[in-house]
Amino acid sequence: MKNIWAVCKKEIKTYFTSPIAYVVITVFLVLVGFFFHSLIWWFNSQSLQMASNPYYAQQMNINQMVYTPLFHNISIILLLLIPLLTMRLFSEEKKIKTDELLFTSPISINQIIIGKYLASLFVLFTMLLITGVYSLFTFAYGNPEIAPLLCGYLGLFLMGAAFLALGIFFSSLTENQIISAILTFGTLLLFWVINWASFSAAGAWKDVLNYLSIFQHFDEITKGILDTTDVVYYLSFIFFGLFLTHSSIQSRRWR
Amino acid sequence: MLKGERMIEIENLTKKFGDLKAVNNLSFKVEKGTIWGLLGPNAAGKTTTMRILTGYLPATEGKAVVAGFDVFDQQNEVKRITGYLPEHVPLYPEMTVRSYLDFVAAIKQIPSKQKSQAIEKAIAVSGLESVRGRLIRNISRGFKQRVGIAQALIHDPQVLILDEPTIGLDPAQIKEMRLLIKSLKGDRTIILSTHILAEVTQTCDGVVIINDGNLMANGSLDELTATAQTKNGVFIRIRKGEKKQEELFNKITGVENVLFDGEGFLIEWSKEQNIQKDITQTVVENDLILLEMRPLAMNIEDLYLKVVSGGVEQ
Repeated sequence: MKNIWAVCKKEIKTYFTSPIAYVVITVFLVLVGFFFHSLIWWFNSQSLQMASNPYYAQQMNINQMVYTPLFHNISIILLLLIPLLTMRLFSEEKKIKTDELLFTSPISINQIIIGKYLASLFVLFTMLLITGVYSLFTFAYGNPEIAPLLCGYLGLFLMGAAFLALGIFFSSLTENQIISAILTFGTLLLFWVINWASFSAAGAWKDVLNYLSIFQHFDEITKGILDTTDVVYYLSFIFFGLFLTHSSIQSRRWR
Repeated sequence: MLKGERMIEIENLTKKFGDLKAVNNLSFKVEKGTIWGLLGPNAAGKTTTMRILTGYLPATEGKAVVAGFDVFDQQNEVKRITGYLPEHVPLYPEMTVRSYLDFVAAIKQIPSKQKSQAIEKAIAVSGLESVRGRLIRNISRGFKQRVGIAQALIHDPQVLILDEPTIGLDPAQIKEMRLLIKSLKGDRTIILSTHILAEVTQTCDGVVIINDGNLMANGSLDELTATAQTKNGVFIRIRKGEKKQEELFNKITGVENVLFDGEGFLIEWSKEQNIQKDITQTVVENDLILLEMRPLAMNIEDLYLKVVSGGVEQ
């Protein structure tokens, strides 16, 4: 546990002493802020129009009209930004040869992987937490339901965590950060749209392709439906990503 | 051959990268409390051997034991008592010297109570006092190498493995590094690799010479030079030396070979005999003006060249 913490602390420090974390978080907040503003502005103008009609006014739901599309937008931003958070985790160690220090210290490969992974989760968590400030305004001037909101954030966090696990794996494959980021992005995008192939697939394949789609599971959660299937999907995605990372590091040393 | 306790034992170690044998059936032992040099040309397998000893690379075949712990089966125990300075010093350029050592101390499992003491000691021993708060990317090559040493000994390891510790340093820094390494000995066992021969004679108690992954020679410096040397000899330079004077020396009983190389005479005789006196006598009796006379000892350089270009002659 102490070893994991040592690695995690070092990684968090590295994130915040180099510009990467600041740039990623800033770009993320600017984009999320823009989407949030646009959606709220649109919601307001709709509300004004509907105010004259009590029936329609009742139908106005800030969760459905602002938060569901907002979460979808955020998920796309994460798809673009997360490869940048994970790209250097192992690539950099290999490039500047510090892996020789890590792997000759009395600390296991798993502890190193988990330490690094937790650090990247911390950055993701920070990013999402700051966007919570935006929601304070909706609570101050409106009446959104809190449960679907938290559910949406949980979905974002789980999905981001799955992205990070895949990113860390690709980072362990190469010492080139750009290659690592591109491979992560490409694979994530493929998982994102994989269910499109289900239209032409038949039988069990249809279900498999649908199940594999990252977005499909996320969509359910943002609707406020927290199903164990979706949570299990993300957790197994994370486990699989970290497991592959372990195998890739191990095999590289045995070669 | 070894008097004391054995600290490092390598037996029939082989490492293959694909079809390439980087290390081939290598065996040697290092006594506790000694500095041993791992010598060989570039790409001889020095780094690979060290990487196997430190648990960074697994071997294809064979066995390596450090302080009684098997490098493959008891990796963690070995890592705990071994300090390693790789050829390329593993530094994080964005960290300060102090915070880097703090991180190393943590992953080397130093208990938190002893941590700051261990860091301070490593800083003092390696002479890093003046740069402790600076970013590693901004310090000089010599200091970086010192941070590498500090990193290797922070957990007070019994065994230090240093891969080319003086590479890239200027002559003054090389000298400092040598003194530093010598001062680290104590009851530690140190293996250092190099291809600078002077380094070995000045710091090491013994050497292992490898070439193309094969063991070429192994032993203490005296032992090795003694076995490699099959004859005694002197070099004599006299004023107006000429080829025909070879005869004078050839007449001395016991002399096996005389050679005039344009400057002076190389006189060799078999190891058992002691005829220096006869040689000086010849010089005096023939009214020769002696300019120089020095023994032809086999030095590490001769040994190395001899060994690397075709094995020790027996």
